[in-house]
Amino acid sequence: MEANNLGTGRLPAAFLTPGSSSFMDFLGAHSPDMLPGNRKLPEGVVEAPHGTTIVAATFPGGVVLAGDRRATMGNMIAQRDIEKVFPADEYSAVGIAGTAGLAVEMVKLFQLELEHFEKVEGATLSLEGKANRLSTMIRSNLGMAMQGLAVVPLFAGYDEAKEKGRIFSYDVTGGRSEEHGYAATGSGSIFARGSMKKLYRPDLTEEQATTLVVQALYDAADDDSATGGPDLYRHIYPIVTVITDEGFRRLTDAQSQELARTVTNRRLEQPDGPRAALL
Amino acid sequence: MSTPFYVSPQQAMADRAEYARKGIARGRSLVVLQYADGIVFVGENPSRALHKFSEIYDRIGFAAAGKYNEYENLRIGGVRYADLRGYTYDRDDVTARGLANVYAQTLGTIFSSAGEKPYEVELVVAEVGATAAGDQIYRLPHDGSIVDEHGSVAVGGNAEQISTFLDQRHQDGMTLAEALKLAVQALSSQANGAEKAIPVERLEVAVLDRTRAQQRKFKRIRGRQLARLLEADVPAAAQADAVSNDEAPEDDAE
Repeated sequence: MEANNLGTGRLPAAFLTPGSSSFMDFLGAHSPDMLPGNRKLPEGVVEAPHGTTIVAATFPGGVVLAGDRRATMGNMIAQRDIEKVFPADEYSAVGIAGTAGLAVEMVKLFQLELEHFEKVEGATLSLEGKANRLSTMIRSNLGMAMQGLAVVPLFAGYDEAKEKGRIFSYDVTGGRSEEHGYAATGSGSIFARGSMKKLYRPDLTEEQATTLVVQALYDAADDDSATGGPDLYRHIYPIVTVITDEGFRRLTDAQSQELARTVTNRRLEQPDGPRAALL
Repeated sequence: MSTPFYVSPQQAMADRAEYARKGIARGRSLVVLQYADGIVFVGENPSRALHKFSEIYDRIGFAAAGKYNEYENLRIGGVRYADLRGYTYDRDDVTARGLANVYAQTLGTIFSSAGEKPYEVELVVAEVGATAAGDQIYRLPHDGSIVDEHGSVAVGGNAEQISTFLDQRHQDGMTLAEALKLAVQALSSQANGAEKAIPVERLEVAVLDRTRAQQRKFKRIRGRQLARLLEADVPAAAQADAVSNDEAPEDDAE
């Protein structure tokens, strides 16, 4: 798959042919076998590590996206410190639940798709445009999803045109829906969503929003065996990212440690977490 | 039936080279300079949308003089090459040297194949390193040769004169404001010794800044930031240095 595939070292004609600004289109035309969706599917079911819970919440001025660190294969913990939240570009991020290997590959291709467009066109895609592109990629994975290798991401970003943080969730068929306020995906998402439903307010500060998602992840880990809570012994803490008009930022290890410790310490006194007012 | 004229290979190549050089000379010149924190690209460009400089990959930038549609084609080819290579292997495996080689092969093949019109372009491919010593700048003339440059390079119509001007004044470790001013000075000096002022709005400036936190080091400088940099006072000492170093041999600059 070298550029040098004609033996002359010259850029092949496909590279110099005017075409679309999409890297996926280029890859599809030049070396279709490299596109994940074009692979022939083997018979049977493959067991592979799965990532679990991703949560997101908006606050005035931005959005927070966070994920736990556990990957499971059946009832086994496959990895304790997996990373499931990635920057997609300067103003957006994607968190992945589902088959880890495929999901990481999808993220890599998605990042490249956005970057490629930006470099070729000299302008970035709109946040909607990015969300739609991700939708197409998930749809192309449907065959794999039917065999149990589903990828279900959560996409969050700062919409520069609308000047606010936005969240998009997906189903395995690529169906896309915008979520308002907060969202979660993955096996622990039911519990995380319940947790956030009670704690979320539209006027959270950035700090409160980051605490909120860690609370939600704690609750997901509390009730879902496939989601990992903060691992104080091994110093493995959730990955928390913040996107504002200043761009994507991942909390440092020290900051997410601080957050996780605060939440865990409070749970020593109150194992079920903070309570919302009854009325 | 008429007999075809015999044209010697030397003559044919010389004609093609002259054709390409004339095409390039019609365009405006641009300069690429090393400064303390990276590499700066400066050129006169009345268009806001049609860029002369652009990002190819994380640490690699591209600059071109000559015919727009031809270098744009090469630029997109380079972006595709870099993105495909990074996707196939790793982001670290995309290098300016590799890219410059591919461009050189492409330009060289086009230049020497009789059926094609030679490209009227001159390119610069630059990669910013972790330190100034790791910076790489390659100049690629229309015929597909590669020149490994250090410090400063100019391409385009008035390139030779601008290069001489820069060679005498550029030194390692300049600040961005100093390098930018020097570049603008070089671009505005004309063959007859006169100066033509280039308004800020007509300047296109971009940097590969090694201190940038992001993985992608390319950044355009425009608007207020550009005006601020151009207005910034360059310390008198630095300017005096620049003058007194005029006569010093290049190697002393290190």
